[in-house]
Amino acid sequence: MLLARVIGTVVATRKDPGLVGTKLLLIQPLRPDHSPHGKPLVAVDSVGAGVTEEVFYVRGREASFPFLPAEVPADAAIVGIVDDWNVPGC
Amino acid sequence: MILGRVVGTVVATRKDERLVGAKLLLVRNIDPHGKDEAGYLVAVDTVDAGEKERVLVVTGSSARMASGLKDCPVDAAIVGVVDTVEVTD
Repeated sequence: MLLARVIGTVVATRKDPGLVGTKLLLIQPLRPDHSPHGKPLVAVDSVGAGVTEEVFYVRGREASFPFLPAEVPADAAIVGIVDDWNVPGC
Repeated sequence: MILGRVVGTVVATRKDERLVGAKLLLVRNIDPHGKDEAGYLVAVDTVDAGEKERVLVVTGSSARMASGLKDCPVDAAIVGVVDTVEVTD
């Protein structure tokens, strides 16, 4: 899993039936010191995350697992809202 | 998933039999504000996207979860046509 901040929302009316009812969020991956790392991506939300919150997300085939038995065509899913993380020296 | 813009179509007569009937589109990577970024990919369209439309592309093995692509040799599928992207930074 990787850390990210939710920076926006994505709306798509015409979409794969498997994505109907899901919430699409724009997330910016973060370094341990909370600075941005790499390019933003779109993730499906499985925990009710909101804009500006720090989250952790899973990539790849496993991103559809939170929605089982539904088959959601997702390659990134937010699976936790981070309360806090602590890295000595950052 | 990544954001992209449809910039063209791809035609291939000789292809894997599981791809027969699939619509292949050429997609350019874009940033959340709609600006072009480096990189293109060929994606199977499952939502009837059109040229110049902003789309949501799922990549990797998850692309096979898109409707009608079970067991197909694909690693990128268009799964949504984007209406709006709202960025708060």
